[in-house]
Amino acid sequence: MSRQIIVPFGPQHPVLPEPLHIDLVLEDEKVIEAIPSIGYVHRGFEKLVEKRDYNNYVYLAERTCGICSFMHGMTYCQAVEQIMNTEVPERALYLRTIWSEYSRLHSHLLWMGLMADAFGFENLFMNAWKTRERILDVFEQTTGGRVIQGSCKIGGVRRDISGPKLVEMAQDLESIQDEIEDLTNVFLMDSSIKHRLKNVGILSRTDAYQLGAVGPMARGSGVDIDLRKTGYAAYAKLKFEPVTETGGDCYARCAVRSREMFASIDLIRQAIGKIPDGPVDVRVSGMPNGEYFSRCEQPRGELVHYVKANGTKFLARSRIRTPTLTNVPPLVKILQGCELADVPVIIMSIDPCIGCAER
Amino acid sequence: MLMIEKQTTTAVEIGKLIGQVEEFRNNGYRLVQIGCTKAGDNFEINYSFDKAYEFRNLRVIITQDTELPSITGMYWGAFIYENEMHDLFGIAVKGMNIDYKGTLIRTTVKFPFGMPVSGPKEESP
Amino acid sequence: MAFFEMAKIAIRTLIHSPVTIPYPAQPAKMTDLSRGHVRIDESRCISCGSCQRVCPAQAIVVEKESKSWQIDRLRCVVCRACVDVCPVTCLFMDTQYTAPMTARGVDTVAITYVKPPKPADKGEIKT
Repeated sequence: MSRQIIVPFGPQHPVLPEPLHIDLVLEDEKVIEAIPSIGYVHRGFEKLVEKRDYNNYVYLAERTCGICSFMHGMTYCQAVEQIMNTEVPERALYLRTIWSEYSRLHSHLLWMGLMADAFGFENLFMNAWKTRERILDVFEQTTGGRVIQGSCKIGGVRRDISGPKLVEMAQDLESIQDEIEDLTNVFLMDSSIKHRLKNVGILSRTDAYQLGAVGPMARGSGVDIDLRKTGYAAYAKLKFEPVTETGGDCYARCAVRSREMFASIDLIRQAIGKIPDGPVDVRVSGMPNGEYFSRCEQPRGELVHYVKANGTKFLARSRIRTPTLTNVPPLVKILQGCELADVPVIIMSIDPCIGCAER
Repeated sequence: MLMIEKQTTTAVEIGKLIGQVEEFRNNGYRLVQIGCTKAGDNFEINYSFDKAYEFRNLRVIITQDTELPSITGMYWGAFIYENEMHDLFGIAVKGMNIDYKGTLIRTTVKFPFGMPVSGPKEESP
Repeated sequence: MAFFEMAKIAIRTLIHSPVTIPYPAQPAKMTDLSRGHVRIDESRCISCGSCQRVCPAQAIVVEKESKSWQIDRLRCVVCRACVDVCPVTCLFMDTQYTAPMTARGVDTVAITYVKPPKPADKGEIKT
């Protein structure tokens, strides 16, 4: 006769980068049910929008998350620019694209390090973050901030990158690409890593679509959703294909992120090759009035910023729906029936960013 | 470049909500988000759906004590948005498949974004 | 099939020089654009209060009558909003981080700007 016991997982756990609490109902090391609970880092961003000028709210929107901060700022700026019908100059769109793709690179490298740490491979964790430092150096040299960039504003970007600097960045990408290739070779072909990742946490294709999985979690199960195809920023002019795998297990999600890194490097090279000259911002005046849903592809999935303005300088409502929040129902589904020792690996494979999810 | 993607919003009555959502589900749309906005004395609930990058939005206008029917029968993953709406705004949703009864987001002030019965005190540094 | 991939990386790391800097023995690497802390040139400030209005963290307090400019270093998030909006460019961004402090306090600076007399030509104000 087996009994059911409840094991609390988190909010403090050596594997979790951010506080998340899951109550696991166990029956002899097999998980029957998982009950999530969030709210440890709720900071009330959506209430604060009523007290800050719509121009200044960019600084707050960026600080929602430390890993994907540039895209939060960019999506908010896009929403307000659409409401006010502002035409952003071409060079600013290309610069935003370049910074977004660097943001995706550093986020995936961070995730690789944490995933390696989740199953105990600390050396790989250190090596992944060593490569990530080079990308943070690029951010600091071009925007002034390693983690919070502070370079998006309504009407364009605040800072320009000079021509010689762009050439230097393109040359540095060669050695960064070699290092990433070494890391992904270890990840995808090492037998002990395969043993821990294959056939763990399987999410079928219909489940992924019905439950609303986004980002690499959906693309690892074969669902072809990539918001970059809608053509915001400069993506309409660059050529790329979304990366999908059909396994549906943790190994497939890992493979999707690894291949996406190479796709990002290719996109950066294309953007540096095609960037036009010109101004980088445009003056914005007047008050916004209207509403808009602005969507973009963060490293973790689809980010939605809903902005509603009523003609004064404070916005009426800003709602941020982050990909981690919408990946929690599929997580609850795939935790049912797995072993207790696989729980950290599965939770890390959805790439949880609870700071984003909690705003 | 203006108007990156087309977005359509349709207002809907609360009685016809389930019918419309079922129609979206049968046509293969996926649920993007359920959001709540406070507009004067009413709440506007936005249900957003997407299929092949085409964005559709349904809007329902309710007051504080209206009970919303849950759409978790058709979209299993909607429970997280409905629980969050209940925990932050105080809107009652009837018939959720997984009901946390207020423990999903634990805040010191209950229903911090709802009608100002208890004043919200969250300020970021 | 990969062969000794991790061993190659490990041996290469052993031979390579360390990638970390022995901070604080060696100073941290900074660029021209790095954001450290906000500095004010008090002889140019005209006490207009734009920096106070634009600060997202509400860290700056400007008092026109008593001619003082205060900044709470622990609230400031070094976002450069005040530096960019100042009409007379009296605020600058230094690349050194704020030194650690043991008690919460506010940095107060007395403004020494003197408005030039009207009939004279608008010459340099810097003292």
